[in-house]
Formats: sequence, C-alpha cells, structure tokens
Amino acid sequence: MTFAQGTFYVLAAATIISALGVVVVRNVVYSALLLILTLSLTGLVYLYLYADFLALVQILIYGGTVSVLLLFALMLTRPEQYRVRAHTQWPLAIIAAIVVFVVLAYQALATDWLGGRTPVLERAGPDVLGEQLFGPWAVPFEIASVVLLVALLGALILARRTEGES
Amino acid sequence: MIPLEHFLLLSAALFAIGTYGLLARRNAVLVLISIELLLNAVAINLVAFATYLDPGRVAGIIIAIFVITIAAAELGLGLAIVLRVYRLRSSVNVDEVDTLRW
Repeated sequence: MTFAQGTFYVLAAATIISALGVVVVRNVVYSALLLILTLSLTGLVYLYLYADFLALVQILIYGGTVSVLLLFALMLTRPEQYRVRAHTQWPLAIIAAIVVFVVLAYQALATDWLGGRTPVLERAGPDVLGEQLFGPWAVPFEIASVVLLVALLGALILARRTEGES
Repeated sequence: MIPLEHFLLLSAALFAIGTYGLLARRNAVLVLISIELLLNAVAINLVAFATYLDPGRVAGIIIAIFVITIAAAELGLGLAIVLRVYRLRSSVNVDEVDTLRW
C-alpha cells in the first residue's frame, strides 16, 4: 500500500466518523460544526479524484458560507431547543440506514464498472471545467443562476418580519 | 491507485448515515443538515464516476457543481422556512409542525 492509499483510508475513516457524529451528537451546535468538518473532509476526498477545483469550491462554500448560515439559524432558534429529547423513531431509522447501505454496497461491489479497462486518471482543472461549463453546459448554468436568484428572493420574503409580528 | 469501489463504499456509508439522521432527528435544522449529507454522498459518486469512467468530458464534476449550487439554494430556503415556523410555533420540532391547514 502506497502512502497516498494509506492517507485515503485514514481520510475516509475520519469522514465517516465525523458524519456519524453529525447525526448522533446531542448538541445541535456540535452537529453543525461536525457537518462542516465532514463536508470539508469530503472536499479533500475530491483531491484523490483529481478534481482540485471542485475540492476548493466545496471547502469555500461549505466551510465559508453554509456554516455561517447554519449557525445563524441555530442561534435564532431558542437555546432550550438545542437539547433534543428522546427520539422514538431511531430503531426504524437504523434499520432503514442499514438496508440502504447494504443495497448500495452490494451494487457497488457486484457491478463490473470498468469492464476490464484500466482507467486513465486525468486532472480536471479549472480550464477544462470552464470550457465545459460555458460550452455544452451553458443553458443549465444560466438556469442555475436563475434558481439561485429565486431562492434568494424567496428566502428574503419568507424570513422577513411582517407587521404585527413579535 | 485507489479502486473505484472504495469511493462508492464511502459514498454509500455517508448516504446511510444521512438517511438515519433524516429519519431519527426531530430538530428541523438537523433534518436539513442530514439532507446536506445525502447530497454530499451523491456528489462523491458523481465525481468518482466522472474521473474513472468519463475522462476528458468531466460531466460528473459539472453536475456535482450544480448539486452544490442547488444544495445552497435549498438550505437557504429551508432555513427561512424553519425560522418562519419557529416564529409561529416557538418550536423547531418537526413532529409538532403537522398542521397543513391553518
């Protein structure tokens, strides 16, 4: 096993442990912080897939903006709510999670993805992504910008304090 | 080189953990956090397939960028709705918000 492989498995284990922490930890602020850790570690996983631009995007967006958004939302809801009481659905949820994992893992291992070929791993740099985004993907790109605008306006209107509200 | 299957297993584990969080946690903000985990697991799959099976065309990576974009829009709207519900009901417990008609 090479050094790169060893670090990948350490990284994968850390990602899974911190993701488990997100759903298990009682304090929701810790949950949110662990989510930021999980998503940033996923950004590092993208580096092993030769997608360095995406790794930077992931860490910038999740580490920079989503974390602030989540922490603000947690601060604006009441502190007593931070302690989540006993949840009754957890046995079913565990069964569902195990079923999902078994099905996905079985399919991942049973399928012959590469068909005997040896994959040629290429770095997808910002130049390649830019050419693709503004070439064949230009229309979805514009639609995404409209979606973001609408979501921004919708969030503003929804969260605005109206007359007579405390 | 790391086998493609190991990325898929990592993604499957993250997806299963997200499913558990989505079903078990009652705080609306935590439900949104679990959805982020699910979307993230899907994005790992997309990038792994793009790199191993689709070299040079990078469709999977571009779809992953769109996934991140839409996830941000979804989280912003979702949190706005949670804040609204909190002002109306003084609670962010999804079990208590079960009235569809006011």
